[in-house]
Amino acid sequence: MSATNSSAAPLSAETHPLTYRLGTEPLLDIKAYEALDGYAAVRKALKEMAPADVTQLVKDSNLRGRGGAGFPAGVKWSLVPMGPDAPKEKYLVCNADEMEPGTFKDRLLMEQLPHQLIEAMIVVGYALQASHGYIFLRGEYVVAYKRLNDALAQARTAGYLGDNILGTGWNYDVNVHSGAGRYICGEETALINSLEGRRANPRAKPPFPQIAGLWGKPTVVNNVETLSNIPHIILRGADWFKGLSQGKSPDSGTKLYGISGCAKRTGVWELPIGTTGRELLYEYGGGMADGYELKCWLPGGASTDFLLPEHLDLAMDYDTIMKNGSRMGTGLITVIDDKQNIISVVRNLEQFFARESCGWCTPCRDGLPWTVKLLQAIERGEGAEGDIEILEQLTRQLGPGKTFCAHAPGAMEPLQSALKFFRGEFERGIAKELATQTVTG
Amino acid sequence: MSTADMTTSVISSDRPRFELHPDDRAAIEHDITHYADSRAASIDALKVVQKRHGWVPDGAIYAIGEVLKIPASDVEGVATFYNLIFRQPVGRHVITICDSIGCFLTGYEETLAAIKQRLGIELGETTPDNRFTLLPICCLGACDKGPVLMIDDDTHGNVGIADVDKLLEQYA
Ligand SMILES: Cc1cc2nc3c(=O)[nH]c(=O)nc-3n(C[C@H](O)[C@H](O)[C@H](O)COP(=O)(O)O)c2cc1C
Ligand code: SF4
Ligand code: FES
Repeated sequence: MSATNSSAAPLSAETHPLTYRLGTEPLLDIKAYEALDGYAAVRKALKEMAPADVTQLVKDSNLRGRGGAGFPAGVKWSLVPMGPDAPKEKYLVCNADEMEPGTFKDRLLMEQLPHQLIEAMIVVGYALQASHGYIFLRGEYVVAYKRLNDALAQARTAGYLGDNILGTGWNYDVNVHSGAGRYICGEETALINSLEGRRANPRAKPPFPQIAGLWGKPTVVNNVETLSNIPHIILRGADWFKGLSQGKSPDSGTKLYGISGCAKRTGVWELPIGTTGRELLYEYGGGMADGYELKCWLPGGASTDFLLPEHLDLAMDYDTIMKNGSRMGTGLITVIDDKQNIISVVRNLEQFFARESCGWCTPCRDGLPWTVKLLQAIERGEGAEGDIEILEQLTRQLGPGKTFCAHAPGAMEPLQSALKFFRGEFERGIAKELATQTVTG
Repeated sequence: MSTADMTTSVISSDRPRFELHPDDRAAIEHDITHYADSRAASIDALKVVQKRHGWVPDGAIYAIGEVLKIPASDVEGVATFYNLIFRQPVGRHVITICDSIGCFLTGYEETLAAIKQRLGIELGETTPDNRFTLLPICCLGACDKGPVLMIDDDTHGNVGIADVDKLLEQYA
């Protein structure tokens, strides 16, 4: 995989906590990782901090979930029952299903520094007093699978996993579960069903997984990037973490931002959260590929609304992007150039969502293939009068609250914003003869 | 044909003969120890069988059900849900080509057309010599290197039309 931050200066732990140890040849084994502060956070948390202190510290740091929704991690953990009356079995699950089109950050963290994630899983497991941890890894990530398993074996041998870890009396182990495909597995309740060996249909919430998740026990699901921040927060504190955004955003920390599509350079970079799209695209991506202009961009994956060139100066953080009609999502932008037909782009996105619908609820199961059919007709210039209005209705009928999970509303985000910004292109796809017939006939 | 079609099958009323390899049975029994409930090893078990046979034959559905102590119909429900479990025979090598947005923008359609032409098959099909099966897949998490495809366990990025012949030659 690509190395991050292709700048010449060596990265430091203070400014690039997630990536400063990435990209080494060979990969850091446990000894080399320990020599670079590795597992120091496990020792510090388990020896000097009570579980509740860890949760409080992470709450104070205002770390927000990097899986796309931006929910504060510490707040999520604080909903888990603790103390002597809490269930003995509690689970921590790392969401490593990374399948949102346009997203390729978690792969990097797991392939290039598996120990960082494992260390995080131990610290968070301790905070929750979890009995077991699972890394739910998408099946295609075979390199990460091997490297994580090798690293887990080293961590067991070193006594960071197993019984009575570091003499605390706490028993905990982590396993990697390799999945078998389907985007919906990334939705946290579908993920839990999948992990239990069932079809990956989402579950109704409430109850929330923190109360009744895996096998009915309290379960926390966090994204790979979210978790990978934890050891650094333990070692350097909440104020340091807040300062990482360098005043670019009220949010804390760095963020793995990335670019795919029509830029000069594509890749992943760890930058202060709140970095603007313009900085990302022009300073890190080198601007548009020669001969192309920017038409629009997806700020964070297939399920985020398109933004225009005029939105490039927005801080890429959760609230700013939300206020401007989209979502930061995963923070890896997809750059779409002026030579692209927006109908084809949206058709491609909706084909993905239609194929990946889990089929559980009717609006999504039937509405998405219908959306694709309408878009295909418009793409061929054979759209019928009224098709655009039907698409608009679909964005409402498949919107938030109308379906069993967020898959269908996510699918509607690029469609609704394309209709808003590029309506003329849709109109040009409505067949002229048909249109006249309807009007005159 | 789509990936989903490759995973579709119906359990026949007569139970087909199938002997779980002793090593596979041991591997599945080991996987069960990772979970609080044996059902959770369903996907692991299907993968173990698929690794040996290339796909999951009908009889294996029953055999896995017995080891996991769950109904065969539940195993089948799982086997047919997920893309990476094949309920029909596939070729010696499986090509999965990403058709999501990053690869769409970088021209996967041309790469796919070149592969189809070279192999003389459509998506969802296997070459007559049983060498390749060609399937679509969603984003492979390497969008900065589109077009991206996997052949078996290997991920290949930046696969343009000019690279197709040489790439396929590596898989006998
Ligand atoms: C359809 C769908 C797919 C999702 N896929 C992923 C995914 O691949 N990885 C991920 O971390 N979160 C994914 N999520 C979000 C998860 O449901 C959940 O919010 C997240 O794992 C929580 O972790 P975080 O709080 O650390 O971000 C998905 C959500 C939906 C609705
Ligand atoms: S919205 Fe789609 S993916 Fe979600 S439960 Fe309904 S059918 Fe399944
Ligand atoms: S879109 Fe093809 S690898 Fe992500």
